[in-house]
Amino acid sequence: MKHGKYPLIITFLVPPVLLYVVFVVSPYLQAFQISTTDWLGYSADANSVGLANFKALWRDDYVWNALKNNAVLLALVPVLTIVLGLFFATMLNMGGRKGRAGVTGVRGSALYRTVYFFPQVLSVVIIALLWKEVYHPNKGLLTSALHAVGLASPTWLGDPRTAFWCVLAVMVWSNVGFYVVLFGAAMSAVPKEIYEAVMLDGASRLTTLRRVTLPLLWDTVQVAWVYLAIFALDGFILVQLMTNGGPNFSTDVIGVRMYDTAFGSETKFGYASAIGVVMFFLTLSVAVLSLRAGRRDRIEYS
Amino acid sequence: MNRRDILRRTAAAGLLATPAAGLLAGCATGGGDDKADGGTYKGTKSEQNPLGVKEDAPLEVVIFNGGFGEEYAKSHEAMYKEKYPKAEIKHSATQEISKTLQPRFVDGTPPDVVNNSGASQIDFNGLVSQNAIADLGELLAAPSLDIPGKTVKETLLPGAVEVGSYDGRFLVFNYTYTVYGIWHSTKLFGERNWAYAKTWDEHIALCKQIKAAGIAPWTYAGLHPRYMSWPLISTAIKFGGPSVATAIDNLEPNAWKSDAMKAAADAWHQIVKDKYILEGSPGLDHKQSQTAWCQGKAAFISCGSWLESEQKDVTPAGFNMTIQPTPSLGSGDKLPFEAVRGTAGEPFMVPAKAKNVAGGLEYFRTMLSKKGAQDFTKKVSSLTVVAGATDGVELPYGLSTVVKALDASGANGFNWVYNNYYRKLERNLVDAACGEFFSGRIGPAEFLDQCQKGADSIAQDSSVKKYKRTA
Repeated sequence: MKHGKYPLIITFLVPPVLLYVVFVVSPYLQAFQISTTDWLGYSADANSVGLANFKALWRDDYVWNALKNNAVLLALVPVLTIVLGLFFATMLNMGGRKGRAGVTGVRGSALYRTVYFFPQVLSVVIIALLWKEVYHPNKGLLTSALHAVGLASPTWLGDPRTAFWCVLAVMVWSNVGFYVVLFGAAMSAVPKEIYEAVMLDGASRLTTLRRVTLPLLWDTVQVAWVYLAIFALDGFILVQLMTNGGPNFSTDVIGVRMYDTAFGSETKFGYASAIGVVMFFLTLSVAVLSLRAGRRDRIEYS
Repeated sequence: MNRRDILRRTAAAGLLATPAAGLLAGCATGGGDDKADGGTYKGTKSEQNPLGVKEDAPLEVVIFNGGFGEEYAKSHEAMYKEKYPKAEIKHSATQEISKTLQPRFVDGTPPDVVNNSGASQIDFNGLVSQNAIADLGELLAAPSLDIPGKTVKETLLPGAVEVGSYDGRFLVFNYTYTVYGIWHSTKLFGERNWAYAKTWDEHIALCKQIKAAGIAPWTYAGLHPRYMSWPLISTAIKFGGPSVATAIDNLEPNAWKSDAMKAAADAWHQIVKDKYILEGSPGLDHKQSQTAWCQGKAAFISCGSWLESEQKDVTPAGFNMTIQPTPSLGSGDKLPFEAVRGTAGEPFMVPAKAKNVAGGLEYFRTMLSKKGAQDFTKKVSSLTVVAGATDGVELPYGLSTVVKALDASGANGFNWVYNNYYRKLERNLVDAACGEFFSGRIGPAEFLDQCQKGADSIAQDSSVKKYKRTA
């Protein structure tokens, strides 16, 4: 077998690595280079300006405003999504207490599992348009529901006080389903005996979740955290389609700022690349930090 | 490798793959060095062929597939082909002009004709400052294709050349003639016995009456609130004269805080204060607000003359939409009530590095022939910049009111171009200020402050090329 190892590795590894270098690594490197120029994107002329773009970024209020929004998303989207995902997954997998078998989901859990997964099947564009109609200030689902019970409703996406939270809610909504499935899968790997023992000891569902499930699922939660943190730093498609950063920049995120700088209201590709570089390092640091901070002793079932 | 490692690595892979937005900027700057002129097509100039078109040179046309569709362009292409049967025409239509064409500009192989329009329009300031657009001066001097004895320039409506000129060079050819004003339904107004008010005080009184009748006087595109900057600035220009607009276009200090702008902002604040705007409007986009208006939920809406074709599918029969100028502030106005903002719109350009520049100009000459212009008006219900091209063409109701408004306005018509010079100023900055102002979160003084702050930020940005106009 030994002599056949390298040809195999080369055949399977080289094409994907090449593709990755050509289509992912090289654009990144190029973005670094472009970020030090004043390239305007529609000619081949670009002058090197050193770090001027980054200096301008530092003083750009709109970029700071977008970063602030990303920071709020980063603080809330992962927490909310993971808490909801864990809760639903627990209910679906071990919420039921009636059955004599001990560990089962609540009644109808198969149906719920399908329903929760719906948003994951829809494309992000569809989700954005769907929710735009739900948030329609005169005839949207939400407005009509509030009016039906006699409450006044805000203008949702039209008001800077509510627009951001509306978008955040959609982000959580569209992500929860996936994590319900992810956590569910991880839970099914946990030996049932543990839960049966916990149940015999008379632990409540909440205690079970906190003291048993969560520690056993920690690796999965950590991965979910990293994914969601990256998502929160991006958020581009949903925001661009639902509000395009408005009203009055209240829902602006760094991705939208970058897109707008290059393809929207200006053609400053050099400056946009500088925003991209900042985004790259932010995402990298957040991911590394959350992996480091979440380090714990591993539990192996044997 | 254990489970934890796998998970860790998956996370790392996700990290590298997810911020796809980072790839957007990954288009190469390399390549596309000035290639030798050998690749361009040139024919011999003659009386029959004043632009020097090479008769068998292929022509590539990219059309913005928006409100006007692409059919009109196909018939212009057919007209071109009639004259140059040996030329092969490559037609394409897209809504994503900037994303589709950006790499081709960089590569130095852009199409010959680009209809640079729509939400994904390429910012003209960037194009002009990079010398990416060909000078169209030759086109203006060429004789018209089918209006005898006149050059192309002489067949155009006033203002058509100025809008597309940057530092005196005519670079962008705007094909349609757009009138901006306030729209209402004569059917609704007839039924209720209301008459369009010519002064602001009367307008407010009328709004009161409309509201009492259970209809919201106004609605607007809350998600694109710049639509409301148009009547507001118009009011200011009619009050203070065209210099109000010149000052704004030239980014003069405190241009947005001139007395005229103050008077106009104060006046318009009234409809916000007295709640004359359809509830929920700040959350509507342009289509949603226009539809609410067509359904009779609101009496007035601010829009350009494309409104009728944009709303074709949802306008009830006999709705009879009518455009009117903004009401006068008072007898002290420098311009009469009839004055409206009319401007050439729907920009076309020939990229400087196009292979068939002469063909592109000739294609524009075809569009600007009487035959080409009439065909366009018939197909998409919109005016062109060709004077008198609507003679003998039966116009839909709304467009006929546009023609009437334009005639009445005559030499008093006005315009501004800061939105062409500095796209970001209107699209982002003034837009955001209008959103705050018309939803009542800020007052007139703060509104003008915010606009001025936006204009100042553009004025101070050394990476943006500045343009001046004199009149």
